Amino acid sequence: MSSATIKRLSELAKTVRSKNAGVDRITFDIIFEDRNSYELVKRSKVLTRETVSKLYGFDPARITDFVEYDPALAIKFTILRERPSGSAGDADIFGAQQYAPLLDVIVPLD
Amino acid sequence: MSEGSGKTLRFLCPNGHLGFAPLKVESFDIGVATAPDFILADSGSDDIGPGPLGSDTSTAPEQWQRHDLEKMLVAARKLGVPMIIGSAGDTGSNSRVDLYVQMIRDIAAEHGLAPFKLGYFYSEVPLDYLRRRMDEGERITGLDGRGDLTTDELNATDRVVAVAGVHPYIELLNRGAEVIIGGRSSDAAIFAAPAIRAGYSEANSYYLGKVLECASFNAEPYAGKETVIGTISHDDVTVTAMHPDQRCTVASVAGHAMYERSNPFFENVAGGTLNMTDCVYEQVDPKSTRVTGAVFEPSEQIRVKLEGAGKVGERYMGFVGVRDPFTVARIDEVMEWAKAQVRERFGEPEEGGYELHYQVYGRNGVMGEMDPLKHQTAHELGVMVFGVAATEKMAEEVTLTGTRQMFYARLPNTKGTAGGVAFPLDEVTRVSPAYRWTLNHTIGVEDPLELFQLHTTEVTAGVAPELEVAQ
Repeated sequence: MSSATIKRLSELAKTVRSKNAGVDRITFDIIFEDRNSYELVKRSKVLTRETVSKLYGFDPARITDFVEYDPALAIKFTILRERPSGSAGDADIFGAQQYAPLLDVIVPLD
Repeated sequence: MSEGSGKTLRFLCPNGHLGFAPLKVESFDIGVATAPDFILADSGSDDIGPGPLGSDTSTAPEQWQRHDLEKMLVAARKLGVPMIIGSAGDTGSNSRVDLYVQMIRDIAAEHGLAPFKLGYFYSEVPLDYLRRRMDEGERITGLDGRGDLTTDELNATDRVVAVAGVHPYIELLNRGAEVIIGGRSSDAAIFAAPAIRAGYSEANSYYLGKVLECASFNAEPYAGKETVIGTISHDDVTVTAMHPDQRCTVASVAGHAMYERSNPFFENVAGGTLNMTDCVYEQVDPKSTRVTGAVFEPSEQIRVKLEGAGKVGERYMGFVGVRDPFTVARIDEVMEWAKAQVRERFGEPEEGGYELHYQVYGRNGVMGEMDPLKHQTAHELGVMVFGVAATEKMAEEVTLTGTRQMFYARLPNTKGTAGGVAFPLDEVTRVSPAYRWTLNHTIGVEDPLELFQLHTTEVTAGVAPELEVAQ
């Protein structure tokens, strides 16, 4: 696929972030500025329970929620943490830096 | 206070986590000048890890907590409107409520404020109470995939707070409180309580709370600690940014519904669930968005959320750097060697009663196993070592062994035979004790006030004992 026909998620989304949702979960938000980009990514199916499980290498059963949220032009999913936030060995108490791999997800434009 | 069809009430929120960083004065003053009916803020968060609840401390410095309480109290008393703070001092434990109550007294004395009625309530739940309820057969149900609370887990717990719904706030308002300091509470309940009490629907009231609890995080461009005002009517909720450069847009308000939450559609509070699935967002002026369509679904039984933290042990930290490409490539073997030396001294972690953790920065220190690039290593690594054990002495020895033994790792065929890692400090450092979240559960109650102790008191200028002494 040539570069003219693909884009990285970071080029299409306005916001890509992760954050604690309570003490046992981390939630990921991918928010778009325009409806076209949002619909494009939704249609492309590059973000699904299966694709993000594969990307992060975790069991899909760890995903507790996966929603496409039209009012905010957002795709959102939530996972169970390996250990509660702030436990010894947790390197990200706020869960704030777990989104990075999403930035490079390749989205086909056709 | 206005009630009845077509009437509105306006709620000012200057800070989404009072104390974590100070509120911004400019937009607060602009908001206060519009004469809101209530001034409110949430001061709590479970984002900060289990340490503050377990050790009964705040992460916020007192001067920042005081800064915001002073701004809010002086403005509220000047306007003659209620001021409500929930989840005092990050955790909402009893000592944090007492701390805020004292600050309110001090500020009132300092400013010579006219007497007012202060209401406050405690949220801590005695461990014995939970033990008794469990003995009686009550299931304390786990949230987010956790099982029911066990006696072992309860025994490992130092402190538990119950997360209040609207009930203690409504009761204190009924008793005439003009200023309320709440223990641990649902963020949304702080705002919903006075709205419900004034006769607005639970749906609009909880939605109002949901949209206001993080202050300007519901506005754009992104800027924290700026004031927003929520207006409730019988038909809708409208939220308006006060900062001259911020706007509450459909995107920013709808986007906020999903911030820090598992999904954007449901918010559970003691007594039911706010369903936002069919919310409709409309821009009504450049700075304001109107929301309709929220639904409140009452629950059959009132279940109150419990948060608990327990101490795991004392904790030390060490740090090493690695530059030799041969060692970088075999860093797992280096850590394994050091772990083996700790095992030789103390046995396996379980039997020896310790934890030893490594975070390899330059590889996957931030994300651990979830990092897709965990097999790509930078040309140099920084490895943080954490040791946890029951006593300070043992935690130090575990950490020192786990750190220093990396220097002596026996990698076959290594060229460097005078030390395998670099020490920026040839020592380990004591850091805060390790705690963990032991409770993220709910318990059923017949009386929604059952877990909370409510108090009211008159605050008259000059009662602050410290100031009396100083004078």
